[in-house]
Amino acid sequence: MAATQTPTLSRMRVPRLLSSLPPGGAWRRGEALIRLALFAAASFAIFATVAIGGVLLFETLGFFQHVSAWNFFTGLSWSPDIEGLFGVVPLVTATLLVAGGSALIGIPIGLAAAVYLREYAPAKVRAIVKPALEVLAGIPTVVYGFFAILTISPILQRWFGADFFNGMNAIIVIGIMIIPLVSSLSEDALTAVPVELRDGALALGATRFEAMSGVVVRAAFSGIVASFILAFSRAIGETMVVAIAAGATPQLTLDPFRSIETMTAFIAIRSTGDLPVGSVLFQSLFAVGFTLFLMTLALNALSSRLMARVREVYA
Amino acid sequence: MRLRSLRVRHAKERIFQGAFLAGIAVALGSLAFFLADILAEAWPALRPEILVSFPSFQDPTRAGIAPAIVGSLWLVGMTLLFSLPLGVAAGIYLEEYARRSRLARLLQAGVANLAGVPSVVFGLLGLMLFVRGLDLGPVVLAGALTLTMLVFPYVVITTQEAIRAVPASLRDGSLALGATHWQTVRRQVIPAAAPGLLTAAILAASRAMGETAPLIVIGAVVFMKFLPYGPDSPFIALPVQIYAWTGLPQDEWRSLAAAAIVVFLGILLSVNLGAILLRGKLQRRW
Repeated sequence: MAATQTPTLSRMRVPRLLSSLPPGGAWRRGEALIRLALFAAASFAIFATVAIGGVLLFETLGFFQHVSAWNFFTGLSWSPDIEGLFGVVPLVTATLLVAGGSALIGIPIGLAAAVYLREYAPAKVRAIVKPALEVLAGIPTVVYGFFAILTISPILQRWFGADFFNGMNAIIVIGIMIIPLVSSLSEDALTAVPVELRDGALALGATRFEAMSGVVVRAAFSGIVASFILAFSRAIGETMVVAIAAGATPQLTLDPFRSIETMTAFIAIRSTGDLPVGSVLFQSLFAVGFTLFLMTLALNALSSRLMARVREVYA
Repeated sequence: MRLRSLRVRHAKERIFQGAFLAGIAVALGSLAFFLADILAEAWPALRPEILVSFPSFQDPTRAGIAPAIVGSLWLVGMTLLFSLPLGVAAGIYLEEYARRSRLARLLQAGVANLAGVPSVVFGLLGLMLFVRGLDLGPVVLAGALTLTMLVFPYVVITTQEAIRAVPASLRDGSLALGATHWQTVRRQVIPAAAPGLLTAAILAASRAMGETAPLIVIGAVVFMKFLPYGPDSPFIALPVQIYAWTGLPQDEWRSLAAAAIVVFLGILLSVNLGAILLRGKLQRRW
C-alpha cells in the first residue's frame, strides 16, 4: 500500500508528458491505440454486467405479461406445471433457509479459524493450515453436493427422520464450504488493524483473548461483517449442492429436514430440458434468476462498502 | 470494564483458544473425512478403463468418462484463450493507465460486481446471448464464452495484484531512460509480474474446470457417444457428468460418480500443485 501513496514518476501522467516531446507522431498514435485496446478490454466488465441485467430484465418483463408481478412476488405457491402458479415465495424462503442455516455453521467456525490463525497459530501450523483451507475452497461444488447425499443424507434420515433430499444436507455442506471464505476475508480484516492497538491492549494487562475480542475484532468489525455478508451471498447463489441434495419440491416450510427447492436449484433443474423459448415456464427461469441477481447484487454492494470502510480507517 | 480474578481470565483465555482450535479442526477434519469417504466409495469403480470408455445408460461397469475429460479440456483451453488476454489487458489498464479516475472506479466496481454474480445466472446469460442470440447452439464455443465471462473478474483481480507488487522503481528507471509508457509496461512490468499472471491463469483454469451450473443451463449433453471434436461440437464436462450420475439411484452409478470425482480432484490438484512449484521457481524477491 505504502508504495502507491508516495508520489513517483510513474504516477505523474507520463503519457501526456511524453506526447509533448518529439518524435511524437507515429509513437504517440501507437501508444494511444494500445491504451484504447486495453480500455476496451477493461470495459468488458461493464458490458457483461449490462448484458446480464438487460437479458434478465427483458425476459422478466416478458414473463410479467403472463403472470403479474404482484402474484409472482407475493404468491405462496410455486407449481408451474400443473396449476400454473408462479408464486416465488416458497423458492425464496427455501433459499434463505439454506443460506441462513449454512451461515450459522460457517460464520462462527470461519471467524474462529481466522482469529486462531491471526493470533495463536505458530508459524508452522499456519504454513499447513492456510493451504489446507485453500484446498477446501478449491473443491468444486458438485463434489460437495455428492458428499451431501452420500454421507450426510443417510445420517439425517436415520437420526432425524429426514427426507432423502432435504434442506439440512445443503445447510451442513454449504456451511463447511463457506468456512474458507469467511476465514480468509476476516483474517484480512484483522490484519488491517494496526498491530499497535493489540500491543497496547496487551501492555495494559489484557490477556490475548481480551485484546483480540475487546480491541482487534472490534476495530475490524465492519470488515468482519462484510465477510459474513459475502459468505451469505455466496450461499444464496450456490447451485449444485442444493440441486443435488436439497430436492425439487417447492414448498413453503421452515423445516430443514423436508425436501425443498431453492431458486438456484429450480433454474439448474428446469433449464436442462428443452423448454420452448417464450413459454411462460422458460421465462420464469429468468424472472427467478433476476430476483436472485438483485438479492446478491444488494448484498455484495453492502459488503464492499463495509470492506472499504475498514481500509479507509487504517490505510 | 469490571475485572475478574486473573485465574478466571486465564481460564477464559484457554477455553476460547480451545474453541478457536476446534474451529480449525472442524474445517480440516471435515475435509479429511470427506476425501476419505469419497475414496472409499470410489474404490470398486476405480479402474483405468473408465478413462477411455464412454458414458452409458445401461451398464455402469462399462461406463467411462472419456468424452467428459476431452470436453473439459476443450472448454478450459478455449476459456483460457479468451479470458487471459482479455482479463490481463483489463488488469493492466486498471493498474497502469487509469488508476484514480472516476471511469476506473466504475470499471473496478463492474469487475467486483461481476465476481459476485451467482454462476447459474451466467448460464442464463449464455443461453440467451450465445446459444440462442448468436445462434451457436449448445456447443463448446458457447460454453467457453460463458465461462470466459465468469472467470474474467478473477483474472482481472489477480492480474492487478501481480502488477501492484512490481516496485515503482522499475517503472521509473525505464521511463527515465526514455521508454514510452507501453514499452515500460511490456518490457518491464509484465515480465516482472509473470509469476502472478501464471497464478491468474491457474485460477481461471481451475474455476472454469469446476463450474457445473452454467454448463447445465446452456445445455451440455449428458450421455455423449463420441468425443467432443472442436469449438462447434456438442459438449460434456467432468462435473456435469458427475452430476448426471449422481442423480441415478443404483449404488454402481454412485461408485462411478465417486470414481470420476477422484479423477477430477486428481487433475485439479496436480494442476494447482504444478503451478505452485512453477511459481516458486519464477518468483523474485524485490
